[in-house]
Amino acid sequence: MRHIISILLENEAGALSRVAGLFSARAYNIESLTVAPTEDASLSRMTIVTSGSEEVLEQITKQLNKLVDVIKVVDLSEAAHIERELMLIKVRATGKDREEMKRMAEIFRGRIIDVTDSTYVVELTGTGAKLDAFIQAIDAGLILETVRTGVSGIGRGDRILKV
Amino acid sequence: MIMTGAEIVIRCLQEEKVEYVFGYPGGSVLHIYDELFKQDKVKHILVRHEQAAVHAADGLARSTQKVGVALVTSGPGATNAVTGIATAYMDSIPLVVITGQVPSAYIGQDAFQECDTVGITRPCVKHNFLVRDVKDIASTMKKAFHIASTGRPGPVVVDIPKDITAAKCEFDYPQTIQMRSYNPVVKGHLGQIKKAVELLLKAKRPMIYTGGGVILSDAADQLTRLTRRLGFPICNTLMGLGAYPASDAQFLGMPGMHGTVEANMAMQHSDVLLAIGARFDDRVIGNPDHFGSQPRKIIHIDIDPSSISKRVKVDVPIVGSVPDVLEEMLKLLDAEKSAPDAAALADWWKEIEGWRAKQCMKYKHKKNVIMPQYVIEKLHEVTGGNAIVTSDVGQHQMWAAQYYKFEQPRRWLNSGGLGTMGVGLPYAMGAAFAHPDKQIACVTGEASIQMCIQELSTAKQFRLPIKIICLNNRYLGMVRQWQEMFYGSRYSESYMDSLPDFVKLAEAYGHIGIRVEKPEDVEAALHKAFVEHKDECVFLDFLTDQKANVFPMVAAGKGLSDMILAEDL
Repeated sequence: MRHIISILLENEAGALSRVAGLFSARAYNIESLTVAPTEDASLSRMTIVTSGSEEVLEQITKQLNKLVDVIKVVDLSEAAHIERELMLIKVRATGKDREEMKRMAEIFRGRIIDVTDSTYVVELTGTGAKLDAFIQAIDAGLILETVRTGVSGIGRGDRILKV
Repeated sequence: MIMTGAEIVIRCLQEEKVEYVFGYPGGSVLHIYDELFKQDKVKHILVRHEQAAVHAADGLARSTQKVGVALVTSGPGATNAVTGIATAYMDSIPLVVITGQVPSAYIGQDAFQECDTVGITRPCVKHNFLVRDVKDIASTMKKAFHIASTGRPGPVVVDIPKDITAAKCEFDYPQTIQMRSYNPVVKGHLGQIKKAVELLLKAKRPMIYTGGGVILSDAADQLTRLTRRLGFPICNTLMGLGAYPASDAQFLGMPGMHGTVEANMAMQHSDVLLAIGARFDDRVIGNPDHFGSQPRKIIHIDIDPSSISKRVKVDVPIVGSVPDVLEEMLKLLDAEKSAPDAAALADWWKEIEGWRAKQCMKYKHKKNVIMPQYVIEKLHEVTGGNAIVTSDVGQHQMWAAQYYKFEQPRRWLNSGGLGTMGVGLPYAMGAAFAHPDKQIACVTGEASIQMCIQELSTAKQFRLPIKIICLNNRYLGMVRQWQEMFYGSRYSESYMDSLPDFVKLAEAYGHIGIRVEKPEDVEAALHKAFVEHKDECVFLDFLTDQKANVFPMVAAGKGLSDMILAEDL
């Protein structure tokens, strides 16, 4: 099953490689991993999308907690949460495709943030599934380049991950 | 006071009351070695290979409650130390390993003797640090000792670039350290402990199974009181031997691949299993599905939550320090008026005695050939069962574990997790420094001893009275045993050809060497080594039976109750 794990950890050199190394050393899956400092610059917040049985997830959580740099670990997918991913996609936009692409971006509530006479860069935010849907919806031959951030997640309401 | 980084490193070691540092100098640690030279509180032990420095520090840690310390240079110094670090990591041994690093400005430039020490050691340390500022040395060293010795212990590497050891700053050693990201649990959850005690009192076929955690947390006393109080059978794993006196009637021996019939059968057929500081290792429970096929309730006490329900699902998990939890259990038992079910327990013991009657450790003597088991039995006799016994890895390790009956904790030092050949002699060195008053025996084989043979030179320099008990069967014995049993006796590369003359080799290093070829000479030779040459290092080369195998044996992947006994073959 797919799980979204949020980790609060010390913003130290090497902290990311400790987490990534743990996943590879113990043969756990990583679908995506995002990390950046929080409002407190001494802390980093990481979101990992992984999959595995309940037993594997229990081990992942325990092993993450065991890392000396890790302060807190939460499985966001255990309760109500929001997840978002950002995609920048560069597409060919010439002739009739130019108007069509603009319309598709609007339907998906994306924004065109770079325009040349033959290309657009579309910025799209949403769940991973929504980004996948956009890619499916447009003509594959028009896609020049895509870059996705991986999922960031946060708990709904009073669920707060803080030191 | 303003000091250089190197001076601060040494002062930190003094503050931590470190008596011995095992190490090997090199370019990146020259400033630190210069400061070592200027003082006499911290004694440096010069080994002959960095791997042995870490093993020796590890041996000192295993035989005491202390944190072992090793000091090596950058590059090859650090990579040579890796096997030692990984060995300590697998067995949760508290170490601080200080590694020199090339100067900060050279890092990443492929400088002479540069390697990414923090990167290379990351998967086999509890934690590691690269010190980037001289002001951070003192707090980093404090953190290193704190992390290494608390919670589930483990090795910590502190990598210090050369320029940082030359830079200066005010020295102020923190007396305590607070880390928001590291707060190991000590006290067990009282509700869980209560549940455990209730379950134990209701058990019909209880079994206690303890591992290295009991030794590491110095809980042998609490364990012995609890076990006697309950009257339950108990077994100690390879890492846990000595936690409960082997001569006691409640002791069933060691469980696992080469465990006793009574220990393995009682583990498999128990209805309530109390696991303490143990981790259901593949060499202990065999096939986890087969182990789980028997309905039983499991109580698991461990300081590391990730050890619980890792390989086997546990019913009552208790996270906490073993001695604390056991004291709580004893208190609850005192308050509790009810006692274990005596009738059920008597029936259970009857069943166990049936298994014990198989006498699975019996072996056949041969007239003209020394049986390796016999050497260990005699070693036990001659040393009065009181020696600190170290071993390497292989058949001799299993025989030492099976036939040297350990009565006390921290007397049996071996590499259980990583299974590192070559640890025996350096472990004995570490133990010899920590216990100058005790007999130290290194049980090894002709193959293992050659993996750190150079340390005979260190043993000479520091006059360490180690007795090397080499069970020389001219084979990689355990490899040969598996090839005989599972590979149609095709002995691929397991014969040890062109062996040195160990007697001459020992003499070349300035020690005493004795070759023993006949069973009737075993006892006299041991006596000579431990009594006549009490204060010297003696290499006893026992030519033992080449075909002797370790039994009982649970083949890899088989169930615990699926044992091959010596008599089956």
